[in-house]
Amino acid sequence: MIWVNQIVQGVLLGGFYALLATGLSLMFGVMRIINLAHGDLAVVGAFLVWWLHDRGLSVGVSLVIMLPVLALVGVVLQRVLLERSLRAGVLMPLLTTFGLAIVIQNLLFEKFGADIRSVDIGSLAFDGWRVTDQIYVGKLPVLIFGVALALLGALQFFLSRLPLGRAMRATAQDPETAELVGINARGVYLCAAAIAVATAGLAGAFLAMRATFDAYAGPTLLIFAFEAVVIGRIGSLWGTLVGGVSIGVAQTIGAQLNPQWSILAGHLVFLAVLAARLTVSGVWARGGFKAAVGIRS
Amino acid sequence: MSILEVEGMDAHHGLLHAVRGVSLSVARGETLALVGANGAGKTTLLRTIAGSHPATLGRILYDGTDVTSLPAYLRVRRGITLVPEGRRLFPDLTLEENLLVAGRTGRKGDWNVERLYKTFPMLARLRKKRAATLSGGEQQATAIGRALMTNPGVLLIDEASLGLAPVAVDLIYESLAAVVATGMTLVLVEQDVGRALGVASHVACMLEGRIVLEGPAAKVTREQVVDAYFGLGAATPA
Repeated sequence: MIWVNQIVQGVLLGGFYALLATGLSLMFGVMRIINLAHGDLAVVGAFLVWWLHDRGLSVGVSLVIMLPVLALVGVVLQRVLLERSLRAGVLMPLLTTFGLAIVIQNLLFEKFGADIRSVDIGSLAFDGWRVTDQIYVGKLPVLIFGVALALLGALQFFLSRLPLGRAMRATAQDPETAELVGINARGVYLCAAAIAVATAGLAGAFLAMRATFDAYAGPTLLIFAFEAVVIGRIGSLWGTLVGGVSIGVAQTIGAQLNPQWSILAGHLVFLAVLAARLTVSGVWARGGFKAAVGIRS
Repeated sequence: MSILEVEGMDAHHGLLHAVRGVSLSVARGETLALVGANGAGKTTLLRTIAGSHPATLGRILYDGTDVTSLPAYLRVRRGITLVPEGRRLFPDLTLEENLLVAGRTGRKGDWNVERLYKTFPMLARLRKKRAATLSGGEQQATAIGRALMTNPGVLLIDEASLGLAPVAVDLIYESLAAVVATGMTLVLVEQDVGRALGVASHVACMLEGRIVLEGPAAKVTREQVVDAYFGLGAATPA
């Protein structure tokens, strides 16, 4: 029963990782940008919610304010930094977002110092529901998992059914031709960046509620998000959920075996999945690493 | 009055001077066939008119207004739409999504999905198929249909028959004739001179970036076109 419990907890934890990974996947899928500052943008969201909450606003209101602010940050980033660096080839955004990550970390450190923080959400932090005598699920992890499901579902609906979502998929596949059928590709990119950064902020806010964070928490988040994206294959929304859940379950099971193995187990599952995909016959003919992570060549 | 006018246009690919001082004017309802050998600058000319390629000199007027500085998507909203060389469908979208994605630009007109399926009956039963899985002819018909969904005032088509089986080419040209019959203004780049002369009301022949022969299809002989095509000097520049 203890293992069932660990799996349940892992699945719920996976919702958080999926939420964290969604924006990373979207940005790569639409713009071919690997945003190395993704985790740090999540931390910006965490700090913003913490700061607003600290000023006396409720957590809900803080969230509602944070989301559009982060979306705006995404728009500005895209227009000022990413759009320009993308013109210099696919490697340039990697460098600029790496630099941006360092800038964000140090600005946050400058402003907020080295304290480890958490957003106080009262009893929601430890309230739970009893499933069986041995299995309790926390209300907050269930909430986070539900939000992740809802967000992925909404994005799926947006991309497959709504005109702007369709335009986004068309632009992702061929931006030049998208312009030839009347789509403003730059505008579509701005929209994708806004969604991506806002979801990162949302994940950051949940991190602030369920655990602790500090100015340098971003890179760790980035690695988890990245692993979830790769396991789920880039560009697949539900794959992102599968990837997040895989890492979550690996971590809780690892923790059950030995408390020190939690993080390690997540990384090992990621490496195992990648290695397994790279040993499938014919993978090198189909693009090697690219095929293994889900990039169509 | 001409719907599309190009004045003294130059375009470059790096150091290559691909289009040199081209001027042409297309009247409403006209079908202009642009012929010429490989590398004559036909594709670059069309791409520059559509806004996919920058003009280094000259002006492009649509319906009397200067559109030279507009990005491609705004030219589409004015009424200039290009069917690019090689079809360039969105491979992971279904056929119908390829059409719908072009239909949201807001230019008023009477082309819609239902009407397209009547004009291109072959497409109706394929509507749910991914574009990447369509045959060359089906892709070309979809690409033309996708362009029509933007309700163009002038439709530019680059190499409609390239890489297609002869049967597919026949089908495409039948459909094009149906589009011409609606009064659509067309500029058609074509390597197959015979095909081009078959549908066109006007012909322009390009050689090394310049237009060397131009006139109504009825007044231009096949021999003149062939001479201009290969630069044999018999044709007098327009």
